[in-house]
Amino acid sequence: MSTLALTFRDSLTMLRRDTKHSLRNLMMTVSGILTPTILLVLFNYVFGGAIGAGLGGGIHGSYINYVAPAILIMAVGSGCATTAINLVMDLNEGVINRFRTMAIARSSVLNGQVIGSVIRTLASVVLVLGAALLMGFRPTADLLAWIEAFGLIALFSFAITWMGVVFGLIGKTPAGANSLSLIFQILLPFTSSAFVSPDSMAGWIRWFAQNQPFTAVIDTLRGLLLGTPIGNSAVFAIAWSVGIALVGFILARTIYNRAPAK
Amino acid sequence: MIETQGLRKAFGKQVVLDGLDLTVAEGMIFALLGPNGAGKTTTVQILSTLIRADGGTARVAGYDVARQPDAVRKVIGVTGQFSAVDNMLTGEENLLLMADLHHLSRREGRKLAADLLDRFELTDAAKKTPVQYSGGMRRRLDLAMTLVGNPRLIFLDEPTTGLDPRSRQTMWQIIRDLVARGVTIFLTTQYLDEADQLAHRIAVLDQGKLVAEGTPDDLKRRIPGGHVRLQFADERSLGLAASTLGVGAGTGARDDEALTLRVPTDGSVQSVKAILDRLDYGASADTAVEDAGVTVHIPDLDDVFFALTGHINMQNDTQNGSQPAKQKGAVR
Ligand SMILES: Nc1ncnc2c1ncn2[C@@H]1O[C@H](COP(=O)(O)OP(=O)(O)OP(=O)(O)O)[C@@H](O)[C@H]1O
Ligand SMILES: [Mg+2]
Repeated sequence: MSTLALTFRDSLTMLRRDTKHSLRNLMMTVSGILTPTILLVLFNYVFGGAIGAGLGGGIHGSYINYVAPAILIMAVGSGCATTAINLVMDLNEGVINRFRTMAIARSSVLNGQVIGSVIRTLASVVLVLGAALLMGFRPTADLLAWIEAFGLIALFSFAITWMGVVFGLIGKTPAGANSLSLIFQILLPFTSSAFVSPDSMAGWIRWFAQNQPFTAVIDTLRGLLLGTPIGNSAVFAIAWSVGIALVGFILARTIYNRAPAK
Repeated sequence: MIETQGLRKAFGKQVVLDGLDLTVAEGMIFALLGPNGAGKTTTVQILSTLIRADGGTARVAGYDVARQPDAVRKVIGVTGQFSAVDNMLTGEENLLLMADLHHLSRREGRKLAADLLDRFELTDAAKKTPVQYSGGMRRRLDLAMTLVGNPRLIFLDEPTTGLDPRSRQTMWQIIRDLVARGVTIFLTTQYLDEADQLAHRIAVLDQGKLVAEGTPDDLKRRIPGGHVRLQFADERSLGLAASTLGVGAGTGARDDEALTLRVPTDGSVQSVKAILDRLDYGASADTAVEDAGVTVHIPDLDDVFFALTGHINMQNDTQNGSQPAKQKGAVR
């Protein structure tokens, strides 16, 4: 078998293992998938009235149209934390040392986890979308735009998940991994155009908000789903995603291969 | 099957392996014997490509472990000191996972898993996760997983530590069966009787260096004879007897904690009687040594270890062949 075929096969085996793990850990899996939807409900019904009024009808007037894409992106961000925590717990399992003495594709353990994580993140994205539609989210997208939007979310989620793996590898404990993940889970979403427009932010934060990856992705998403102008956000969104994925992938593999046996 | 030259490894400033030369021929059971911290696990980890040595070379089945790790991995199976099973999968799923990773077809995998479960008496526990297993069952599952790849060389790092006598016997039988099928076994143990029972060749490792290597009989022949072990009731008696018999303090032959002395003897009635007579001789008036318990030891590997290293083998200076109740690390 070629190296590529071997990697594919072993990664698929590890994906099956990862899936079994998440089924055994059902509570954690389900709560991980549900959290973004709960967040959406909270944002819409708790803050929606107040913030929506202040928004002044930028996008079709309704707050749900504004906040739904933001929560989609938060779902991707929280996927980072669950990936990181899962990875730490898994790396502490003795069976990982067994894998390291077997003639299997080295990266397959990580690949399996990443694919599993992306699938779970996408499931939570679909849930958020469904709930948003029920709450009055009215996208104007045609089929192609939907596909593009979904593709972008998947790509971005893939990138963020690899970073989750890196955080898991360097965080060492679940708490450590979780803290590092806050970057993608909280910090970047809230300093992006997800919830408020960067124009309303002060000085250097505004500059940061305008130029960070989450803003590029969310602006593109809003454009695709709601027809707002995209400009060059799409190019940046894709460049950021590919860049983050690459950095995460390379870092994760290097650290994993170098990590001494436990 | 295994050949190492000048293998060195240090963790920070602590030198763990200090120039290790080993040769293990194909088809044998090779035991690496040593106390806690001797470097047994480190040796296994280097030979099984888990960590890299700092210096020296190691070849396994003709492949260099540092430069051709994947070729080595195809040949070996490893059952480490710490449990390497997936605790979230059932016993059966663990074996099927191994079958998948060895690229067996689904049917082959199922058949092999069923066979192994049966052979290791785990069929009833097949649908349970290892968390619900006893230490012995977990160890057996661990070894069964190692066997899925049909390895030619198996590393067993302290396979019976923490097992009860019956499970130990079972494990020994499994190991003997494997060798009968032509598998080479590299075993580490801190139990001298285990090495004696199983191994064709034994290497004694102490503080990162080999202090002896040979067949069990070779090693036994290297010491002059047995000893009498005297057990005293208190420190005073111990001290008296030690001075009467001329056993110096801190030599290892005198154990102040256990209140014992070992005195060399060839095991004959005369020599034992001579020792006891000397104790009696010193026992005039208030220097009486009372309540001394006597055990006569024929030479065993404990004595070999003592003779070779100048210190007594770890905590295990109890009755010949007895098993220290040590639970370390079998289950994590
Ligand atoms: N990853 C590590 N980092 C630092 N020191 C280590 C590491 N692994 C082992 N050591 C040290 O190396 C020495 C040898 O350890 P090793 O595990 O090889 O001993 P061992 O013979 O297997 O002992 P035991 O019978 O307790 O299993 C010990 O003193 C240990 O503290
Ligand atoms: Mg050890």
